[in-house]
Amino acid sequence: MTSHRKAPLGDLLWAFTRIGLLGFGGGPAMIPLVQQEVVKRHAWMSDEEFADVLAIANTLPGPIATKMPGYIGYRIAGISGCAIAVGAVILPMILAMILLLGVFSRYRDVAWIHGMGQAVVPVVMVMLAQLTLDFWNKSRLALGWVISLAMAVVAGGLIYGLGLHPGWVIGALLAAALLRPGRKAAEANP
Amino acid sequence: MIYWELFLAFFIPNIIGYGGGPAIIPLIEAEVVGRYGWMSAQAFAETLALGNALPSPIATKMAGQVGYEVAGAGGALVAVLATVVPSLLLMLGALGLLYRHRESPRVKRMSQWVRPVIALMMGWLTLGFFLEGVGGAGLLHTLVIGTAAAVALLRFRAHPAFVVLGALVYGGLFLG
Repeated sequence: MTSHRKAPLGDLLWAFTRIGLLGFGGGPAMIPLVQQEVVKRHAWMSDEEFADVLAIANTLPGPIATKMPGYIGYRIAGISGCAIAVGAVILPMILAMILLLGVFSRYRDVAWIHGMGQAVVPVVMVMLAQLTLDFWNKSRLALGWVISLAMAVVAGGLIYGLGLHPGWVIGALLAAALLRPGRKAAEANP
Repeated sequence: MIYWELFLAFFIPNIIGYGGGPAIIPLIEAEVVGRYGWMSAQAFAETLALGNALPSPIATKMAGQVGYEVAGAGGALVAVLATVVPSLLLMLGALGLLYRHRESPRVKRMSQWVRPVIALMMGWLTLGFFLEGVGGAGLLHTLVIGTAAAVALLRFRAHPAFVVLGALVYGGLFLG
């Protein structure tokens, strides 16, 4: 990795505030915006470095849109850079959520506001159906549909049939993925 | 005690949720609605709808809102930190190690193997919201809104914020 330019914290704050305010559609959809600010606009990192950092971030769990700003902020300006970058991305909209939903629940008893709340449930249903399809397709492409379906059915039986906490099921899968010798996955995903 | 529960409720989904913020949604629902019962499915849907209409990552918006609802500003702080800090520390601490293994088939396999489970949980949650919609707005309205939302989102690639706004107007007019 090459050396990097020092950046004033103000630049960092504005760059990541912009990313937070323009990044619709969840974390993964925000990555191009991060690249735009960090690589193209401010040249804090080269394209190759950015790609490496993204690949590394993807090997870890948790939201991608906080790992990237956190790491980049840290590289550029240490702990305070890390805190500023993450805070700039997430804080404005957390406050907006709390305020808007606070107002909303205060007037929940009003009939038409109650109706508004009920009407968003089917929208959320559609958004989740879209995500379901998305995850299913990615899974099918990587593992094939037989294995994907088998894994989903077994996991579903354990989680919803036997009431096992999803953490145990996923934890066991992660451990198995890490501990089993590496050949099979390499073949399945050329 | 409540802070500890909040920490766990957001730490666990984020440390096992491969696939970015959206993958974490069903895992968080399992904790917040299923395990601890802090929110009704209806309130969770409202949070999710607003979360999808606003920019910035979905996982931290959910954490902030749920944490605040459960235990005020302190709760929001705990939930957000539990979401952000562990994976970020892993990233900063183990970067060299991760860099060497970023193309390793084992590491790739980890996110691949989690995906079918996430897909299933996501599908289960979708079904849950369908039933919630039928119980609240009724079957007819659920189908009307759901179809309109699907056409707007998938066919016309409408912005989620407008779709949520449209549903709010519909609900205010016809479900009040």
